[in-house]
Amino acid sequence: MARFIAFRLCHTVLILFGVSVVAFGLIHLIPGNPLDILLPPEAPKTVVDQLRAEFGFDKPLYLQYLAWLGRVLTGNLGTSVFTGLHVTHELLSALGNTLVLAVPAAVLGFTLGTTFGTIAAFSHGRPLDKVCSVIAILGLSMPHYWLGIALVIVFAVLWNVLPAAGMGGTGGVPTSWEEIQYMILPVATLSMIPMGVIGRMVRSTVLEILSHEFPTALRAKGLRSRRVVFHVLKNAAPPALAVMGLQLGYLLGGSILVETVFNWPGSGQFMNLAIFRRDIPVLQGTVLVLASFFVLINLLVDLLQALIDPRMRR
Amino acid sequence: MTDIAVVQPAIKPGEQPDSEPRGYWRTVGDRLLHDRVTLGVAAVLLVIISLAAFAPWAATHDPLQGSVIRRLKPVGTPGYFLGTDETGRDIWSRLVYGGRLSLVCGITPVLLATMIGGMLGLLAGVGGRLLNTLIMRVVDVFYAFPSVLLAIAICGVIGAGIGNTILSLTVVFIAPIVRVTESLTTQIKTRDFVEAARASAAPLFAIIRHQILPSVLGGILVYATSLVSISIILSAGLSFLGLGVTPPNPEWGLMLNALRQSIFVNPIVAALPGVAIVITSLCFNLLSDGLRSAMDIKLQT
Amino acid sequence: MTDRALSGGNARDRGGPAQPLLLVRELKKHFPGKGRWLGRREMVQAVDGVSFSLAKGTTLGVVGESGCGKSTTARLLLYLIKPDAGEVIFDGEAVGVPQGLTIRELRVQMQMVFQDSYSSLNPRATIADIVAFGPRTAKHLRRQPARERAERLLEQVGLRPSFFARRYPHELSGGQRQRVNIARALALQPRLLILDEAVSALDKSVEAQILNLLADLRRDLDLTYIFISHDLNVVRHVSDRVVVMYLGRIVEAGSVEDIFRRARHPYTQALLRAMPSMDPDRRTAAPPLIGDPPNPINPPSGCRFRTRCAFAEEVCAQVSPRLDPIDRQHEVACHMMESGAGHSRSHIAAGADG
Repeated sequence: MARFIAFRLCHTVLILFGVSVVAFGLIHLIPGNPLDILLPPEAPKTVVDQLRAEFGFDKPLYLQYLAWLGRVLTGNLGTSVFTGLHVTHELLSALGNTLVLAVPAAVLGFTLGTTFGTIAAFSHGRPLDKVCSVIAILGLSMPHYWLGIALVIVFAVLWNVLPAAGMGGTGGVPTSWEEIQYMILPVATLSMIPMGVIGRMVRSTVLEILSHEFPTALRAKGLRSRRVVFHVLKNAAPPALAVMGLQLGYLLGGSILVETVFNWPGSGQFMNLAIFRRDIPVLQGTVLVLASFFVLINLLVDLLQALIDPRMRR
Repeated sequence: MTDIAVVQPAIKPGEQPDSEPRGYWRTVGDRLLHDRVTLGVAAVLLVIISLAAFAPWAATHDPLQGSVIRRLKPVGTPGYFLGTDETGRDIWSRLVYGGRLSLVCGITPVLLATMIGGMLGLLAGVGGRLLNTLIMRVVDVFYAFPSVLLAIAICGVIGAGIGNTILSLTVVFIAPIVRVTESLTTQIKTRDFVEAARASAAPLFAIIRHQILPSVLGGILVYATSLVSISIILSAGLSFLGLGVTPPNPEWGLMLNALRQSIFVNPIVAALPGVAIVITSLCFNLLSDGLRSAMDIKLQT
Repeated sequence: MTDRALSGGNARDRGGPAQPLLLVRELKKHFPGKGRWLGRREMVQAVDGVSFSLAKGTTLGVVGESGCGKSTTARLLLYLIKPDAGEVIFDGEAVGVPQGLTIRELRVQMQMVFQDSYSSLNPRATIADIVAFGPRTAKHLRRQPARERAERLLEQVGLRPSFFARRYPHELSGGQRQRVNIARALALQPRLLILDEAVSALDKSVEAQILNLLADLRRDLDLTYIFISHDLNVVRHVSDRVVVMYLGRIVEAGSVEDIFRRARHPYTQALLRAMPSMDPDRRTAAPPLIGDPPNPINPPSGCRFRTRCAFAEEVCAQVSPRLDPIDRQHEVACHMMESGAGHSRSHIAAGADG
């Protein structure tokens, strides 16, 4: 077991290393000199030279990378070219805002998905199965940003019960209804994809479990249906939880669209702004942090699974 | 050795072959033809693709021509039966023309990624341990990025436009396809008939082509089809953020963004491009499911 | 029925009838295990020093329980797995060495018939394609001649080509599939056929048909067989010589008579006593073997059978018995058979026979 953990950790470190290379290398995909992107063309030469030295653009590529990596590892993600503020600080608070959305969305998606998936599996062959399956598939086939717009239309425009955009409050975990109501629509929107993925997964897992003999055996022993369901779900839980973990990571990285629709100041919008302002340090730092989160969550999920299910350990 | 009674040979004389030999793909095709849901979905897709392909005939107006006085007319307006957008262009025509771009941006990356990723996956599957490790670890790094993030990052860096969108999405999709292909190839590789083919001193390429590939192709097809549904959503999303197709080209994601401002005025019209995306993506998803069910047959007695 | 043209005739015979078709010496294969013990990898000693010779035109039976290394040996012979040590000499030519036969040349002369499992035939290919694959790709025959050869082979194994050529494996019964397996193995016109549990998955009546077919083919095509099985009855029926394996080593080798009538190794004797018999006077009451089959990862030192042997003594743990001849063709690896080996019963060996 310890061998497995060590192996997995080494693997993760390698992946993180690779991720940092990609994050760093992205900006060099931009055609043209990075300096020209950062500065307006009429900037005085002294400023250009200063920036060049400061950012190290005059050094060879791998040295720039190593210098950047060194700074990153000490927590310094650079400063925004635009605002002049430290990236690390800005990013972390934006990330916090995203988490405020992502965690409830993952939980909601998991709950709804498991419910629909279980109902569908237990009513296999009957119309209810089709209905629940369609709901799950819709969650997957829908551009969630569009759903966000549609929800805004319905709840904010037509019925005017919920705010259309913005975060309300000053950030952090919402404490009052005023703050919470801003959360409702974005969370509902974000939960669509996890609901779809988990719903389909749970459905097929439960169906597979039901095809084994032990649920029939349980029922034959006289166990009431509800208890049988409980036992089946206990078996279906580990893979579903694993997928939820992965979805959480995905939500962190992929929330940009929903945040744009709802004007939510999270890490996604942070990155969006960085792209449009060509704010290279912010972009690098954000991509690195978001991807790293994803990798770490993956690792956590794998380790937990190995802990629970000894068969998973290779 | 002849003390055991001689039994009749396998086929009795005079026996007629009862039916046509039923190969795997033949059986899959039969099952598909009996699957009404999948047939319906395929028909819808055919309609959508035809409308997009024959856009000049299907559209009622020039998608780029607008007039401010006709802004945001509602659904059902005579002559513009799905209404007009924020600059007065006919929605139906823009949807139809937009289908071209959206479908191209959706299907092409998957096609390219399947070719490249499929080859890499096969190589990783049949190659030695070193090659496998090399390919799969690099794939792991790309897999470590959530696809939305990666697509946006790449597009954000290299710029907007159709070509860049396709490029970015292709890069995003290569990693999962390599994974799926490698996994399928490894499963097939260990089967007895592949070992028998190896024992017959056949060259590696022939073994891959005749023994491994036919069994792997089905799985890849199913997966690729489901990827198309994601690709359509992603490419529309990129355009929505301004990173994909550029205005004034009609494209569903782009339209969605442009009409966002108009949700207070004419909500139904603003939602229409999204409906198009949902329907198309849903159809590809259901098609993928149908293919998977049809291929899931155990071919053993 | 004889078709010398198909068999390649005697033109490929290099050494004449006296030369063994196959000479195997000290074949070894160890697989890395999963565990790691204080830095040293555990090794599964699948095949540990196997040697035998195979005369042309005969059938060599290989028996043993599951896990004794029979299948691994078969794959080593074909170089489907690379041996760690040992040599294989085919009709006088060493395999895998620069001046000898290449693996490809070997495989054209030595083929394997697999056990009928659902994955022994490519489910996506027609029967004709399956049989023609080898000739087309390894021998670069064109489509039509390959197809014709495939159809002739199908005819020879008792499957009417007009019906079966276009069929798919899932449309055939187990016995029919096994015939296809045989046809596929014969497609490259080999001289030696290794049959790895080739009839184990078949019903008894079908098994009889296939065994008959194999006998006819051996005669008509001038073949030599290695017949691997765990079923002693079948091995007795088809073999000329038999080799008994235990945990990666050969413990006894001899003619069919030697093994089945005059078995000397305690393991062989136990196997024979365990054979189910139709004879009501030969009921087995108590299981003839004691203890559990040991782990191939950590085999016992010295003689590997000693943990289950009723006659085990100290010398058995210290020294591995060699495979020594006790008669013209009969070899046994047991200290009891070797006078002067240090076993208390060694002196009994010399003399008594039968």
